[in-house]
Amino acid sequence: MVLEVQEIAAVRGERRIFGPLSFSAASGEAMLLVGPNGSGKSTLLRILAGLGRLAEGVVRWNGNDTLADRAAHAALVSYVGHLDAVKPGLTARENLGPNAEAGLAAMALSHLADQPARFFSAGQKRRLALARLACSQAPIWLLDEPTLGLDVASVARFGDLLAKHRAAGGIVLAATHLPLPLPEAKELRLA
Amino acid sequence: MNAFWSIIGRDLRLSVRHGADTLAALMFFVIASALFPLAVGPAPETLARLAPGIVWVCALLAALLPLDRLFGADFEDGTLDQLLLSGLPAALVALAKAISHWFSTGLPLLVVAVPVSLMLNLDNDALPVLIAGLLPGTALLSLFGTAGAALVIGARRGGVLLPLLVLPLTAPVVIFGVAAADAASQGMSFEAPLLFLAALFAGALPLCPLAAGAALRAAVE
Repeated sequence: MVLEVQEIAAVRGERRIFGPLSFSAASGEAMLLVGPNGSGKSTLLRILAGLGRLAEGVVRWNGNDTLADRAAHAALVSYVGHLDAVKPGLTARENLGPNAEAGLAAMALSHLADQPARFFSAGQKRRLALARLACSQAPIWLLDEPTLGLDVASVARFGDLLAKHRAAGGIVLAATHLPLPLPEAKELRLA
Repeated sequence: MNAFWSIIGRDLRLSVRHGADTLAALMFFVIASALFPLAVGPAPETLARLAPGIVWVCALLAALLPLDRLFGADFEDGTLDQLLLSGLPAALVALAKAISHWFSTGLPLLVVAVPVSLMLNLDNDALPVLIAGLLPGTALLSLFGTAGAALVIGARRGGVLLPLLVLPLTAPVVIFGVAAADAASQGMSFEAPLLFLAALFAGALPLCPLAAGAALRAAVE
């Protein structure tokens, strides 16, 4: 399994945000996107998730143009953005949907499973957002500042989750300013 | 298909948890309709004549109330991204939203329309026809409303823009809906206007979700 990004660029209005940019990530690999604010890290992640608009270039998964069918592409990716996508009116379990138990256990939220998320702290909501990763079968994880607001123990737990995903052949792409528990990650610098 | 039903289930669960929002639309419908006897006078014949129009227009306005939160909340908290990554085409995400809007707003309005019509002294023969017209009518409002709500996502003052977009689209719905009930109260054939409503519904059912889906894609870009 390999993700190949060829000569992609993102444009907002008249301004080119980044690109052309090429890289590839194979099974088990992790890639850190680094660069100053506004360099297009989040935009790149949204494009790879199939949410943002690709101005030019191709994204291939195992050789196929994967963004051509966005509904099919969605099965390949699991995306955690700046926003937690946590509904305050639903309990932690309901927020995660099917396969919730795996996610709750991975981020040590099992004891809060039936609490409405409106009682959660910012860090706990973030853990719930990350728990969604453990519930999905998607091979590509796209993470935007995933550990923002997490305590040390949760970062370590998240590190275990990432390691497990990579050991199973998954790919991780993360934009971050904080040190992430991703050993031997390649670095992609956006200017 | 599981993802489709889980969007509907989740939205309905949320509308039960936030029951006050759901009830607000119903209360608006009842109160707005109750103002008409005060405004046009309580003469039973006058009210009976106006009843179909009052019920239709008030139901239409009430159905608009929850629309700006239909996607607004999901857009602001990041849920919309996750919905579009659920593996469903964007049009089906929009259709699921339209269905949950109908169940949480259209269906309750349909039920409350019965006592409101009786309050307005609607002709007994016209009542079943009015409700039969409101059935596709409220579904049409949900479909048009979903398309409108998807278009104004992220727009400044979207809540004000939304009725301006949706209300003109609903003109034919009101015309045929009221025509059917009027015809029934005068003892004439009411089939044609009801069939027109059904035809509008058949057209809007595929078109509105497609338009809304495209708008959703554009909104997250």
